[in-house]
Amino acid sequence: MLRFLLRRSLGAVVILFLLSIVAFLLFFGMPRDPALLMCGKTCTPANLENLHHVLGLDKSIPEQYGIFLHNLVLGSDGFAQGPCPAPCFGYSYHTNEQVWGTLMDRLPITVSLTLGGAVCFLVIGLGTGLIAAWKRGTLVDKTFTAGAMVISSMQIYFLGPLALAVLVYQTHLFEKPAYHEFTADPATWFTGLIIPWVVLSTIFASQYTRMARSSMIEQLQEEHVRTARAKGMSRRYVFFRYAWRGSLIPIVTIFGIDLGSLLGGAIITEYTFGLPGLGRLAVESVFFSDLPLLLGVMLFSATMILLCNIVVDAAYAYIDPRVRLA
Amino acid sequence: MTPAFLSVRDLHVSFRTEDGVVRAVDGLSFDLDQGKTLGIVGESGSGKSVTNLTILGLHNPLFTTVEGEIVLDGQELTTAHESELEKLRGNKVAMIFQDPLSALSPYYTVGRQIAEPYMKHTGASRKAAWKRAVEMLGKVGIPHPAERAKDYPHQFSGGMRQRAMIAMALICDPDLLIADEPTTALDVTVQAQILDLLKDLQREFGTAIIFITHDLGVIADMADDIMVMYAGGAIERGTVREVLRSPRHPYTWGLLNSMPRLDSDLSTPLSPVPGAPPSLLTPPPGCRFHPRCAFQDRVGGNRCVTERPLLAPDRASACHLTAQQKHTIFIDEIKPRLRHGQEDTA
Repeated sequence: MLRFLLRRSLGAVVILFLLSIVAFLLFFGMPRDPALLMCGKTCTPANLENLHHVLGLDKSIPEQYGIFLHNLVLGSDGFAQGPCPAPCFGYSYHTNEQVWGTLMDRLPITVSLTLGGAVCFLVIGLGTGLIAAWKRGTLVDKTFTAGAMVISSMQIYFLGPLALAVLVYQTHLFEKPAYHEFTADPATWFTGLIIPWVVLSTIFASQYTRMARSSMIEQLQEEHVRTARAKGMSRRYVFFRYAWRGSLIPIVTIFGIDLGSLLGGAIITEYTFGLPGLGRLAVESVFFSDLPLLLGVMLFSATMILLCNIVVDAAYAYIDPRVRLA
Repeated sequence: MTPAFLSVRDLHVSFRTEDGVVRAVDGLSFDLDQGKTLGIVGESGSGKSVTNLTILGLHNPLFTTVEGEIVLDGQELTTAHESELEKLRGNKVAMIFQDPLSALSPYYTVGRQIAEPYMKHTGASRKAAWKRAVEMLGKVGIPHPAERAKDYPHQFSGGMRQRAMIAMALICDPDLLIADEPTTALDVTVQAQILDLLKDLQREFGTAIIFITHDLGVIADMADDIMVMYAGGAIERGTVREVLRSPRHPYTWGLLNSMPRLDSDLSTPLSPVPGAPPSLLTPPPGCRFHPRCAFQDRVGGNRCVTERPLLAPDRASACHLTAQQKHTIFIDEIKPRLRHGQEDTA
């Protein structure tokens, strides 16, 4: 297990390293000059020159990349805005704030949104999927399957405004979505996020309903499940002990991917409900050609996805004894 | 005459599929006495496995219709409630399957899977059941059973897995064991070991066995009686000696004739039964075998096409040829082609 974690962590670091190079090159491929964006209306060539120098953009790309890596690992005191301890992504071109600090400010919003949503869509999705598989062929199954089909073809930018219009602005049943810190007041944290959770989890849950149903039905046709029935185990026991265990593999795989990408920022959901999470930060960094912020968000999101992948692979070994971690 | 331990009467099993209704078993009757072995032979799709899954009620009730009677030790099974069948399965009637790798769950230890039915049926504690599982593993010839019980199926070899399956099937000392091609997936040396093991255990526990196979050599070794199935029905039945020495159905002749023999000239090609098994969606009229039968012209009045021959209750074959015809055709035309083999097998 330790060897596995070590090996996979090393692999993740290599991937992040390669990703940062690609991001760097792409940035310099962009037809926009971040200095020009900052320079304002009274831009003179001298000002521009000066800005280029301050931002370090007058150095060669490899040189800039070297400085970036150095700052990231060791931190830096060389910024005009102040000291920047590791992991240092530098200061945002746009807001002049420390990138790491900004990330950490936005992270709780994304984490709250993701974890709350994940709990909802797992409970609803897997619950309905299991019920549909258990009652296969009945009206309940058909209703759930059809419902999941309809919902999964919807989008957050349709369901989100719809929920806002009906549940918030017309009936005033719920308050307008907003992020309140959990530590300050758990109750307002909860009520502020409930609509985003419901909308986010509805879309995701419908996919989990279909996946749980189909993989349970597939598992129930396995020979070892029939053996368990043939030795007198009850339908319920076989369903939950034998078929469910096998269904976990595809579910855990997809869940790892979903969780990782949501933690990296749920862009549409965050925009729809005006929540300033990591997803919004990512889009803003692109709008403003904000290289430090862009790299920060990108590498942070990638780290989340890689971490979730490692956890998923470790979970495989726990679920299926045939999987060996090495 | 006391009623047989297991008695199947006029069993019909059909599945609803998208293409129509498949009559997998169509009017099957047979008996099995306590402690005896019935061998069921037939091609794939002849209804062997379906019959036996139906005995245990393991067919999918959504798509399957079952008619007829299955009486086990005085209890009618086709109409029995699911909870009654659950008490029976793994307890009074146990089953072993063809491929022990896919028939054992990869997610639980061998010991746990063997112990489960014992806990369920005897109410034994987890610890007592585990002890019994280890004991059974030892009995089926697994070395170091206490350690091996903690292994997962993928850590066992094919032969050991089948031994573990047998241990699991016999842990509650069943009266009837249904073995669905238990040696087909194993290599030949292991096959012989498993067959010996089954015979030893049958002697020890007095279990009746239904042995499904398409290997006539295996059946000659294992069974007391043979039932040959074709297209969902029995076409010939008798003791091993009778059926293998003087078979009376053209299909059985074909089966015997298609067996490769080591003592024959290796350059002679195998002689399979010509044609393919009929579709069970639209079975041929009259005798199910007539499209592949070389002897139908010897039956008068086109009866093979118009009338389905029935299997008489005693030693019999479902064929319109007269007893005399069957006898002479076998002696004069079939037996010489079998190359002095049958006496040895029977």
